[in-house]
Amino acid sequence: MQEHDMSWVRTEMALAQPAPASVRGMGAWVRTNLIGSVGDAILTIIGIALVAMILPQVINWAFINAQWTGPDRSVCATVAQGGIQSDGWSGACWAFVNAKFGQFMFGTYPIEERWRPILVAILFVALLVPMLIPRVPRKGLNAILLFLVLPIVSFVLLVGGMFGLPHVETSRWGGLLVTLSLSFVGIAVSLPLGVVLALGRRSKMPIVKMLCIIFIETVRGIPLITVLFFVSVMLPLFLPAGVSFDKYLRALIGVSLFAAAYMAEVIRGGLQAIPKGQYEGADSLGLGYWQKMGLIVLPQALKLVIPGIVNTFIGMFKDTSLVIIISMFDLLGIVKQNFSDPNWATPQTARSGLIFAAVVFWLFCFGMSRYSMYTERRLDTGHKR
Amino acid sequence: MAIENAVSAEEIKVDAKKMHISTTDVAIDIIAMHKWYGEFHVLKDINLKVMRGERIVICGPSGSGKSTMIRCINRLEEHQKGKIVVDGKELTNDLKKIDEVRREVGMVFQHFNLFPHLTILENCTLAPIWVRKTPKKQAEEIAMHFLKRVKIPEQANKYPGQLSGGQQQRVAIARSLCMNPRIMLFDEPTSALDPEMIKEVLETMVGLAEEGMTMLCVTHEMGFARKVANRVIFMDQGQIVEQNTPAEFFDHPRHERTKLFLSQILH
Repeated sequence: MQEHDMSWVRTEMALAQPAPASVRGMGAWVRTNLIGSVGDAILTIIGIALVAMILPQVINWAFINAQWTGPDRSVCATVAQGGIQSDGWSGACWAFVNAKFGQFMFGTYPIEERWRPILVAILFVALLVPMLIPRVPRKGLNAILLFLVLPIVSFVLLVGGMFGLPHVETSRWGGLLVTLSLSFVGIAVSLPLGVVLALGRRSKMPIVKMLCIIFIETVRGIPLITVLFFVSVMLPLFLPAGVSFDKYLRALIGVSLFAAAYMAEVIRGGLQAIPKGQYEGADSLGLGYWQKMGLIVLPQALKLVIPGIVNTFIGMFKDTSLVIIISMFDLLGIVKQNFSDPNWATPQTARSGLIFAAVVFWLFCFGMSRYSMYTERRLDTGHKR
Repeated sequence: MAIENAVSAEEIKVDAKKMHISTTDVAIDIIAMHKWYGEFHVLKDINLKVMRGERIVICGPSGSGKSTMIRCINRLEEHQKGKIVVDGKELTNDLKKIDEVRREVGMVFQHFNLFPHLTILENCTLAPIWVRKTPKKQAEEIAMHFLKRVKIPEQANKYPGQLSGGQQQRVAIARSLCMNPRIMLFDEPTSALDPEMIKEVLETMVGLAEEGMTMLCVTHEMGFARKVANRVIFMDQGQIVEQNTPAEFFDHPRHERTKLFLSQILH
């Protein structure tokens, strides 16, 4: 038995309407995100209270009470400590950073030759920035200049000993110069090497596969400190007598190989995420192995693992500090070394120097992180298959 | 006998006059071919001679080895015994021969397998540029020609993810055609599509048949099989059980297994 008529026909199609005010705008955001429930509101209040407690002290120490310039430790020490500040003063000693800035950047690179690293830095920025902006044309030429020509030019400029440039021992390099050059070479070497190792590990050729697995598992199973010790202390034992190569170069090789092993595993993860259908699609069109990998599989796999790749880059950037154990001084090493300068020894020196180093490291790492997120969004073609 | 499929036989219009089958030119010759997955014997004693211009539909229950068989023809799967000769080239471990065969044999997959990081146009020009060494400009012209043929030239600069399933499958067909293949393999090309999209893909395939393309299709579209195929092959348990013209195959199946299969899919 049918009680009511079930047939119904729409006479007019409904039009889309704007969303109601309760889900739009600032007020809605505050309501849903800050005071969505009693628990949310309590957490919001605690959060604001914490910021209100801590932030003024930090600002006070880092900016208001801070000493920006000065000839020596007296500006950063209280009277009791042999300085000029009143008792109970506490503030950042940026004067220390200011006075040592050159060393923090270049280590003990001779002052009259410092135009050389500065020139390298300018060239680096001038080539890197257009490389990072997708709109700028001629990426191929740019890449050749950045990854092939720049390292050679930098080598000539920094090491010298030719074209009338005085030779500068790498033992005099230091600070940000060492941090950045180690990281740049590490990044530029580890990515392609990691790709080759990852492909090798998935290869059907047993010997290639075994060599890649042995390399990856050996290097990955050893701490970076051990790798650095090994290349610095042990490697000379295996070389013929009289042959020695530079400590800086050895650190460079150690860091690059270490990062490449990690990179290989990150990239292998990406390769495994590419569906079999993509390989078959490429095969069915007659693409060869390298065409298939280079044009179809790797572009997708690398895009998938951008977060992992950048993670490895950031990790390596910070790990360069470990070269201090083979007595090379990167940014952190040189900052720490300067704590012992009696001219600047105050209770505030170490804090200020470490915060400066932290901020510099953070800026570079945060930059890499943001750029990787931008790249992920840019390359997203909204398709998961 | 009514056929329950998204697209019925009545809806498919075919101009049979143009479809010419050669009596002398052998496109594919499979002789006593066997294949194993490890210990499992998937294909048993496959013998199949395909003449140029033939349109063959392969059907059978799932797991019967239909897909595996056509995937052996372009060596996506390797056979262990017997002989497969495609366009006069025997498939062996010789990688160069395999690539030569793959260039002449187009394949359309159930899940399209378009390259999601490339635009539709780039999907179509990639293989001509890199495999055939066609100049980019010319490759793009060819690609646009085939995209027009599958009726989606306006999508050329979109990415696969922005297209419907039916459109993606038509792009996949165009991508294969850009390599100017002499043989086309279809591996369940409509199985992953919504009913509304099946028709547009089948129409594209009918168009190809009318142009005399040699086609092997694994499909459950019996309307298509009846109207377009000149031969229907039924497979079960890794072997060819029965083959016949579509009219005979559907109206007078001879093997018990075929009768059972047809009674389950036809009403």
